[in-house]
Amino acid sequence: MVETVSFPVLSLLIFIPIIAAVIILFLPREQKDLIKGIAVTAAFAVFVLGLFTFISYNNNHEMIRAAQDAIIAEGGESSATRMYDETLVFEERVVWVEALGITYHLGIDGLSAPMVLLTGMVTVTGVLMSWRIEDRTREFMAFFLLLVSGVFGVFVANDLFVLFFFYELAIFPMYLLIATWGWVKLREYAAMKLTLYILIGSVVALVGAIAMVLQANTFFVNDGAQIFANAVESGILPANSSELSFSITQLTLAAENGAFNLPFVGDISFANVWFPFIFLGFAVLAGVFPFHNWSPDGHVAAPTAVSMIHAGVLMKVGAYAALRVGIQLMPEGAHTHLPWIVFLTLINVVYGAFIAFRQRDFKYVIGFSSVSHMGLVSMGFATMNLVGMTGAGLQMFSHGAMTALFFGCVGMVYDRAHTRDIPSLGGFIKIMPWVGVAFIIGGLASMGMPGLSGFVAEFPIFQGMWEASPTTVLQIGSFSLTNYYAILVIIAALAIVITAAYVLRVTGQVFFGEFDRAKYPDVDDITLRERFILVFLGAPLILLGIYPSLIAPMLETGLRPVLALLGVAT
Amino acid sequence: MTIIGIDILTFLIAAPAVGAVALLMLPSQMKGLVRFAALGISIVIAAISIVVFFAYNSMNTGAYGMVVDLPWFELIGVGWHLGIDGISAAMVLLTGILTPLAILVSFEIDDRVNMHMALILFFATGSFGVFAAMDLMIFFLFYELTLVPMYFIINQWGSVDGREYASKKFFIYSLGGSLGMLLAIQLIGWSVSTVPAEIVATLSETTPALLSYVAGSPSFDIGVITALWPALTTQIGGVFLGVDIQTVKTLAFLGFFIAFCIKVPVWPFHTWLPDAHSEAPTAGSMLLAGVMLKLGAYGFLRLVIPFFPDVWVGEIDILGAIQTNFATIFAVLAMLGVVLGAYSAFGQTDIKRLVAYSSVNHMGFVAMGLAVAALAYGQAYMTGSSVHIQDAILATNGAVLQMFNHGLSSAGMFLLAGGIYHKTHTRDMTQYGGFWVKAPILGGIFIFTSMASLGLPGLNGFVSEFLIVRGAWSVFTSLTVISMLGLLFTGGYILKGIRAVLHGPFNMHWKDHKLEIDLRELVAIAPLMALMLITGIAPNWILSVINASVSLMMGIPVQA
Repeated sequence: MVETVSFPVLSLLIFIPIIAAVIILFLPREQKDLIKGIAVTAAFAVFVLGLFTFISYNNNHEMIRAAQDAIIAEGGESSATRMYDETLVFEERVVWVEALGITYHLGIDGLSAPMVLLTGMVTVTGVLMSWRIEDRTREFMAFFLLLVSGVFGVFVANDLFVLFFFYELAIFPMYLLIATWGWVKLREYAAMKLTLYILIGSVVALVGAIAMVLQANTFFVNDGAQIFANAVESGILPANSSELSFSITQLTLAAENGAFNLPFVGDISFANVWFPFIFLGFAVLAGVFPFHNWSPDGHVAAPTAVSMIHAGVLMKVGAYAALRVGIQLMPEGAHTHLPWIVFLTLINVVYGAFIAFRQRDFKYVIGFSSVSHMGLVSMGFATMNLVGMTGAGLQMFSHGAMTALFFGCVGMVYDRAHTRDIPSLGGFIKIMPWVGVAFIIGGLASMGMPGLSGFVAEFPIFQGMWEASPTTVLQIGSFSLTNYYAILVIIAALAIVITAAYVLRVTGQVFFGEFDRAKYPDVDDITLRERFILVFLGAPLILLGIYPSLIAPMLETGLRPVLALLGVAT
Repeated sequence: MTIIGIDILTFLIAAPAVGAVALLMLPSQMKGLVRFAALGISIVIAAISIVVFFAYNSMNTGAYGMVVDLPWFELIGVGWHLGIDGISAAMVLLTGILTPLAILVSFEIDDRVNMHMALILFFATGSFGVFAAMDLMIFFLFYELTLVPMYFIINQWGSVDGREYASKKFFIYSLGGSLGMLLAIQLIGWSVSTVPAEIVATLSETTPALLSYVAGSPSFDIGVITALWPALTTQIGGVFLGVDIQTVKTLAFLGFFIAFCIKVPVWPFHTWLPDAHSEAPTAGSMLLAGVMLKLGAYGFLRLVIPFFPDVWVGEIDILGAIQTNFATIFAVLAMLGVVLGAYSAFGQTDIKRLVAYSSVNHMGFVAMGLAVAALAYGQAYMTGSSVHIQDAILATNGAVLQMFNHGLSSAGMFLLAGGIYHKTHTRDMTQYGGFWVKAPILGGIFIFTSMASLGLPGLNGFVSEFLIVRGAWSVFTSLTVISMLGLLFTGGYILKGIRAVLHGPFNMHWKDHKLEIDLRELVAIAPLMALMLITGIAPNWILSVINASVSLMMGIPVQA
């Protein structure tokens, strides 16, 4: 149901950073304190808003769950779309470009609420981490806030055009931030590579999205006319809907009623043709092998706050979009293609861990570890059951906080030591004990140590793989493969040991051992501001590890419509 | 039972962790304050664990008590499910007793006192969690969690030369070994949801744990899995995940088996132990030998035996010549641990390595008892034949009591060895000699503790070893006989240790060193000595508690 909210929370999430960015750009460049003040105020504002939406959703999700159960029990036409509609809250809808069916339609559900919270957290810590940037502070903060606004836009978008609009809005500041403020040796190459990879991926997905809209339009005009009329009448679609629409709700309706199962090329269905393009197009941003190549260099070249946003949030945007646009809107395509895409995710998980082990540069270790952990997210999607996909959602949140924490720690060491070469560092825990402990907590979470959020995320993903093993079939022509997910999960579990090994190695070499005061004469301990960052990002890792039900039930509620579309009972 | 409104087992698990965090907040320069605060916290925890033990004792039952079952991670069917029975009560008591002693002994540590004490308390949290867990995920969570504080204790405060290698080997070996167990746990937790509802209904008539279980949902409750997982073979059978179910079962079994063999340790998975024990600081060694090894043995008893009765007694054909089963293989490995551990201990010149190998030796007896239990339980479950059940009850009682006793005696031995190391700065026994002259009290205590470790009648070691041997005799006669060789060499290495340290010519190098035991160390070892004597003379105070639960466990439903 589209209720107009008296308080447009989601629009505020998007526009507060944009307005702050514009205000900052008009300030004189010397007023650095004022600039930073406005930036951090905007950051805290979006964090508070994100926390508000998260808590509201948490308080209401039992009610939403009951409504979903009622719809399942009742069955009937378009039940999955109705479930999806029930799940969305804080909806806002304004018709934007009527001729093309584009509406400014926002909404948040159980999957996007934790992501919005995560983005708020990483924004706050990112701005605080960038406090000492002296060179063109004004431009940095403005572009950073634009980036953040783009990320929020993707998470709350319920219209494909809005989603793409903000997706691109997030990419373009990345280029500027990395190319201007990044590591001198690599920044131009890394920024260009990152931008080209992600843009090409999103263009491919955009083409697929437009094809989807047109296909749905044809469907609603012809075979699906009655369904469309019923939907408008029952209120799932607003009264002023047209058959041509970018609305995700409307496309879900089309998907559920078989619009994308119609033959497209020969007798191959639309979904089976377009799913790989859309899913992999977005999965480029999620770092799926072999399209992950932009990620390590991008992480390393970027300034610390940008690395935090990049690994912590931006990669989740890609995964989220792959789920929302790929899996939700083309479930048949998911069933056909995810069984082979899972092999790519396995390569991410294992290969990423092995490569991380070999790195000499502190930031490259974290970068490749991100590639490995994002593989787990995509693997969770490939399970196509409630347990695995909730695990993927948990991993998105947990890894987001963890990797932001890691990059924060790396940044704090690098800012003082001016080197990231692991063999030349050592003994830093004596000088900056908070950073050492935070890095250890992050490291333990990353290797899936029980009691921290990494375990809480990885366990359901693996569990989901086991559960999916008997029923998942990979069918290529006449070749079919079953019961192989069990083997994949055994191989993926290897990555845990490799992760443990490189985490121990890096921690031992950088933080323990002898500290060479002669080499690092002015390395000192971190400030209160930096300690705040570490606690702010480390606390969720511990809290979620001790009490997974802080987030898991909300994710389940958000995922149930998607699973209903996939034809999986929950 | 509740303390300040929180149920007692949750409190027992959480209190050391909360105390540890509080310790970390104290100013690190005020070392005295930190030490006594840590001691105070640990004494409170010891008191609670003693109360728990005697409260359980007064329940006069072998079933689970002080049970807590709260929802925790419903997505995968994990609940915050805690409870203790006689076996876990004994282990909780052991952990509770050893923690303040370890802290008292760590008063000699000067470097980052609050972190060291906090890590000891975190370790206690993990151990309590393992022993009180009635849910497989909770078990695994705390099992893995204990690795972290132990790694840091060894890595940061261990002896400078070997600590890096020892701690890394210990951590990676244990973590890698438990990987198979993690996969098996995931498989098991999910697969119980595949048991059809009719079978669940039939089984729930005899199994109270199934009453609150909804058929078709995943669950990690140990009671539920004990009822349903074996039924997958015996009542459903066939193909599972595309592979014959027996193969799947065996692979899952191996996952658990290897993980716990590494921990106990069972030969040949013991190689991490001598390094870890000898390089660790005194408190680390006390807790490692005293508590951590018991986690593995406890895992065997609580999980592997009830979950896999079919695999333990399933016939294995080796090259068509030897017919055996996993229980027998386990008994062979146990025997090798006893014998080879004793031989290795006899050959040591490093006092801590000697005690470390003595742990391999003693835990070999525990493993032997567990092998008997596995065989008897498996046979009773699969064929209904209870021919070995009485022996198994004896052997299991012995094994659990040996776990308790070894905890006391090895903690005592490491306390003494650590004390000597702290005074002389060498672990090389060839440098010792004639300490009796300068340290008669130390000598007396050293002999007393060694005799308990050796199994002298009148002290605790005898009772448990006797029970194990008596139980294993009719089940694994030849292996038990060969283990007696090990017992012979146990006497050998103990006496060798005593002679090397206390007797012979006094090494003049130590002429001006203070060698006598400190008051602090005396206070630390006194409770251990008292318990060793009392348990040796009147073991029933603990044996009755253990027996109640062991008998209940062995009186398992018979497979028709």
